[in-house]
Amino acid sequence: MAAIDGPAAASPPREAAFGWTHVLHEWVATVDHKKLGIMYITSGIVFFAIAGLEAAVMRYQLAFPDNDAISPEVFNRLFTMHGTSMVFLVGMPIIIGFGNYLIPLMIGARDMAFPRLNAWGFWMFLFGGLLLYFSYFGSSGLYGAGSAPDVGWFAYTPLSGKAFSRGNATDYWILGILISGFGSLSGAVNMITTALTMRCKGMTLGRMPLFVWMMIVVSFLMLIALPPLTAAQVMLLFDRYLGARFFDTQAGGDAVLWQHFFWFFGHPEVYILIIPGFAYASEIIPVFSRKVIFGYAVMVAATVSIGFVACAVWAHHMFAVGMGKGVNIWFSTITMVVGVPTGIKIFNWIATMYGGKIRFRVPMLFCIAFLIQFLVAGLTGIMLAAVPFDWQLTDSYFVVAHFHYVLIGGLLFTIFAAVYYWFPKMTGLMLSERLGRLHFWLFLIGFQMTFTTMHVQGLLGMPRRIYTYPADRGWEIWNLITSLGVVAQGAGVLCFLAAIVWAFRRREPAGDDPWDAWTLEWSTSSPPPEYNFAELPEVRSRRPLWDLKHPEDPDWKYE
Amino acid sequence: MSAASATTTDTATAQGWTRGQVGTLLLILAETSFFAVFIAGYLFYIGKSLSGPRPADVLELPILATICLLSSSGTIVVAVRDLERGHRARFASGLLATILLGGAFLVLTALEWKRLIVEHGLTISTNLFGTTFYSLVGFHAAHVSVGLLIMLLILVLGAFGHVRREHAFRVELFSWYWHFVDVVWIAVGTAVYVIGL
Repeated sequence: MAAIDGPAAASPPREAAFGWTHVLHEWVATVDHKKLGIMYITSGIVFFAIAGLEAAVMRYQLAFPDNDAISPEVFNRLFTMHGTSMVFLVGMPIIIGFGNYLIPLMIGARDMAFPRLNAWGFWMFLFGGLLLYFSYFGSSGLYGAGSAPDVGWFAYTPLSGKAFSRGNATDYWILGILISGFGSLSGAVNMITTALTMRCKGMTLGRMPLFVWMMIVVSFLMLIALPPLTAAQVMLLFDRYLGARFFDTQAGGDAVLWQHFFWFFGHPEVYILIIPGFAYASEIIPVFSRKVIFGYAVMVAATVSIGFVACAVWAHHMFAVGMGKGVNIWFSTITMVVGVPTGIKIFNWIATMYGGKIRFRVPMLFCIAFLIQFLVAGLTGIMLAAVPFDWQLTDSYFVVAHFHYVLIGGLLFTIFAAVYYWFPKMTGLMLSERLGRLHFWLFLIGFQMTFTTMHVQGLLGMPRRIYTYPADRGWEIWNLITSLGVVAQGAGVLCFLAAIVWAFRRREPAGDDPWDAWTLEWSTSSPPPEYNFAELPEVRSRRPLWDLKHPEDPDWKYE
Repeated sequence: MSAASATTTDTATAQGWTRGQVGTLLLILAETSFFAVFIAGYLFYIGKSLSGPRPADVLELPILATICLLSSSGTIVVAVRDLERGHRARFASGLLATILLGGAFLVLTALEWKRLIVEHGLTISTNLFGTTFYSLVGFHAAHVSVGLLIMLLILVLGAFGHVRREHAFRVELFSWYWHFVDVVWIAVGTAVYVIGL
């Protein structure tokens, strides 16, 4: 297509001359947004495998009643590490990684605004994550032996205070997340600054790809929501080590304050994680429907309004602590309001597909599953926003099913779609369509088996975070199906990893633009050269590559 | 590499804002969110301490310290303007004045803390007032300290002739941070010494 190649193509293959130490040095010392993006995504996938295995062990324990495969203490550590890892070490790096990789390419820039800050952020994230996992060896738990944190991913006080969490396992949770949080913050600063100041000629805000718009909103949410978590963690650290009284109820402190601070972070965090999923879908669905996105401006407006509303709904996680009628009504109402902009988005994606010439390739399959599953997640979300319903089902498996529908059925499915869609750009190699389809169907079936049944367990009264259960509650068959679903999901993920390995062995060249797409990243070579574009592009519409390919019928005539 | 030369300059883009300006404003946004939580914590716990000392018993209005810190915002504006016009000696004296005023604020804070700790026995673990007071005022003082370190660095670099007219925009970005620290003090001071009493 409009491949733009420059002088660096002629530079000698330096790896061959210096061997693997040179390659290692090149990756460790890099400030290139593409390499950092790939490192973010790869580390995210590694942590995903670890946290997934933790979930698999828990599901093995819960497959049968009165099972004693693992002890309650180990179970507590597993669900804490699983939740913490999936949010902070899987979701965050993968979304920041895609943002890093794609934003400069999509807006026609040569790098992020602050390349060194970018590298710093990545290493902060990685070492924060490693510090959290070092707790398995380095921390002294209740009995002095190495032990991971076991206070749950939201570490409620007073459980996480000095009196009830002896040893220093909880401190690893605080410090690991705090440090990786600095990485996320620097990533957010970088993404907004890049999108606001480094756009190529003609790339007005109204012509930016929706992906970039949504990542701007996500980054603002990070800047507003992450510092309160850091602040609350510092308070907890002061409580634990300096004898401060922030959450010490015996000195008049308020343990519920921690919940407010945590969820003031925690709820926007859900949107920080799901809006990138919207971003991937908004790029992929139009390309595979062969139509322009329906309602571009409305999509932007809906995203921005989700961003605002996201900051005003946090206490719907706390209906059961007794906040009083007025507070409950407020948070219940605002939470239901979220359904409006989100519903607009779902209709827009469907309208984009409507009448289109849909190509059912792997990225599109994942996006279609996302649409359906995210709708279900949204509907159970509205159910849980109703206070009496929430009182009935709070802390039950219904809640677990709801947020896994959001984060797996919503986010993870779109992440898989994004990997299949952009892997050819990142490596210049195609992923196997057959392995991809196998991955999709196995994972889809496994996901439905695991998480659709969880709704039933929740309605039958099974509380979350219990390590085992007696046989007479009617939960056995549901738990068995849930656990069997994990096997199918695991097989799907193995197909995914196999597809990546196979792509590097088979080396089927992807070409610059394998999907016949329209945004700027597809106008440069695959993988792009270090400087992205030999000549900075100039755009006149939202689909610059369409204009290049169809000079007889360019978009800018109609926008 | 053409990429390096394209990204190390910091001229205003077609969009009108420089990278440094946007980045600094975003840092300030994140810091605002951080302080907001500590201020919210302070306000929430006013009057909830189970034991003394209470704010009204021990706090005195930090009028001198406030004057020092707020006027340092003025001196740094003058200093940046001098650098923009190429008056490097006047810039150095303006920066030194800012450092001294900021330093005076820190010393006065230290004296206040010494009085509270030694005379009134108020520490971070005494009661909720001590907990919220020392962490809120302490985080602000930590930001003042970081600002002082950066200014000392600029001063030393300037003494060796490394801070010139063309660097004025960088010093100006630092001055934004310094103004932010001042504004935070107004918010912290209002919470602690006005509402809290």
